[in-house]
Amino acid sequence: MTFYDEIGQHSWQVIEQEILDRSPADVERALSSSTPGMEGFISLMSPAADRMIEEIAQRAQLITEQRFGRVIGLYAPLYVSNSCTNSCVYCSFNADNPISRLTLSVEQARAEGAYLHEQGFRHVLLVSGEDQNAAGLDYLKAVVKGLRPLFDSISIEIYPMDTDDYGELARSGVDGLIIYQETYNPDRYKEVHPAGRKKDYRWRLETPETGGKAGFRRIGIGSLLGLSDWRIEGVYLALHARYLMRRYWRSQITISFPRLRPAVGGYCPPCPVSDRDLVHMMTALRVFLPDAGLLLSTRESPHLRNHMIPLGVTSMSAGSKTDPGGYTHDSGTEGQFEISDHRSPHEIAQTIRDHGYEPVWKDWDSSFIV
Amino acid sequence: MDKPLVIGTHSFSSRLMMGTGKFSSPEVMRDALEASEAEIVTVALRRVELDNPGDTILSHVDRDRFVLMPNTSGARDAEEAVRLARLARAAGGGSFLKLEVTPDPNYLLPDPVETIKAAEILIKDGFTVLPYIQADPILAKRLEEIGTATVMPLGSPIGSNRGIRTRDSIEIIIEMANVPVVVDAGLGAPSHAAEAMEMGADAVLVNTAVSVAGNPVAMARAFKKGVEAGREAFLAGLGQPRKKAEASSPLTGFLR
Ligand code: SF4
Repeated sequence: MTFYDEIGQHSWQVIEQEILDRSPADVERALSSSTPGMEGFISLMSPAADRMIEEIAQRAQLITEQRFGRVIGLYAPLYVSNSCTNSCVYCSFNADNPISRLTLSVEQARAEGAYLHEQGFRHVLLVSGEDQNAAGLDYLKAVVKGLRPLFDSISIEIYPMDTDDYGELARSGVDGLIIYQETYNPDRYKEVHPAGRKKDYRWRLETPETGGKAGFRRIGIGSLLGLSDWRIEGVYLALHARYLMRRYWRSQITISFPRLRPAVGGYCPPCPVSDRDLVHMMTALRVFLPDAGLLLSTRESPHLRNHMIPLGVTSMSAGSKTDPGGYTHDSGTEGQFEISDHRSPHEIAQTIRDHGYEPVWKDWDSSFIV
Repeated sequence: MDKPLVIGTHSFSSRLMMGTGKFSSPEVMRDALEASEAEIVTVALRRVELDNPGDTILSHVDRDRFVLMPNTSGARDAEEAVRLARLARAAGGGSFLKLEVTPDPNYLLPDPVETIKAAEILIKDGFTVLPYIQADPILAKRLEEIGTATVMPLGSPIGSNRGIRTRDSIEIIIEMANVPVVVDAGLGAPSHAAEAMEMGADAVLVNTAVSVAGNPVAMARAFKKGVEAGREAFLAGLGQPRKKAEASSPLTGFLR
């Protein structure tokens, strides 16, 4: 049974109703259980829990400290191509947008990597639009080969592939896969993904499983916050994470919280997510999933990111550029979205220290990979 | 309404499984099984003659009422367990099999390596395999991946009546499992069975605590109630005492 089959047993409307029906007593009970489970999690995501956000946050902090200690991993995205055949309405790289397209050469990608290495990064996230002609399997393998001497961990946020192709990337040195469903609501999904291969909801949904089969050590999921009701998205994320953890139990599951940022095309999020909602969602997920990695990117402001350090985050990106080649020269092309935290990696590391946490640049070793 | 317990292709409404060893007489055993309202009953293959209709144990187990689950207790390695299982099926023992591989004769602790080996062979043979294991979460996942119908971690050594001494590991097994988790061995009192069910176990298996009780029939009934109470508590959502959060909001005050 794939996750698609599993969520076939739930309905968006029923989950919504369940969330709305929860009482403060349900929330109290969820907070008092050592293993709140899915039922408890639904209570924690409910409007009844809004007033108890401080208690949820304290639980989240305690659990995170117990499981991970006071450390925050640092990573940087490396955009290799903004060429894309899809038309996601919220994204600057949307094939219909009149931006200039650029795919880095293997050499250029390596130069970007060398810059990030110089900054201290040992974990890198390769990002690309979906364009097999511009950034296909062989290209990506060549890029990975060039970056391996520089990094101990290489993750990818590219596009769905089959098990064989992901397997090849895994064997060539990629240890992590990130693939967001964007929204678990099938109708909204259809609306915002009008063209290209990405139209296929089910195919996208089952891709993290493909990654599990291919043997990636880390599998990252996420909802693009703002596309639909964050409470219901959160429940689907929790279901998805639990499904993956139980089946691909050798992989660590990570969750990201990408909140819609202004992008070319001027898409307006239909269900805006406030800072408060974001904190609520992340801390509740931490209580439900004590072992999940939780990632926070530079989409968020320095103010919010600073305050979220002790709330359950395990990794942060820093000093990010979201246009290909953006680290080493002004590429003159658009980034995927606007960055909100412009501090340098070292400033961010210092801030983490100031909060009593340890910034960690290296938490993996390339010798784990054959 | 609770969901049925599904094992292989069967579903059950009872979440208590019973053993048939150590009873003072077959009649007492029969009455205790009845009082327990169990639907799955395990018998040690070394104790019975499956093809003998007059066998003292089997003739007291109503097979219209109970699913018979032969077990391989006494097997010291995979080879012995597989041989026993195949003979049992040939003699009409059905396809449910409680796999026990216990090389040490004193504590009867399960051998993980041989259990995996035997499970692989028996699943290929078409058995519905329920393996008795240490409360080891990784072992449980490995067996689930091979295709066992459940995992049966021990609460404490067989016959020890000590209750759930492996609580932390069993919690992880339950959290990670895609197949039913049956807590087996060591449950000495109905409160232990209730505890396992409160933790979210799907079922428990009890033998010694019932068979050696002063009144086995009454004890069987008590276990049935313990299992039901624990299950109901689990479904109802247990609360626990907790520290009151501070009145100020050190972590989220910035949001206001
Ligand atoms: S979100 Fe990804 S797939 Fe969609 S247009 Fe942007 S780069 Fe392409």
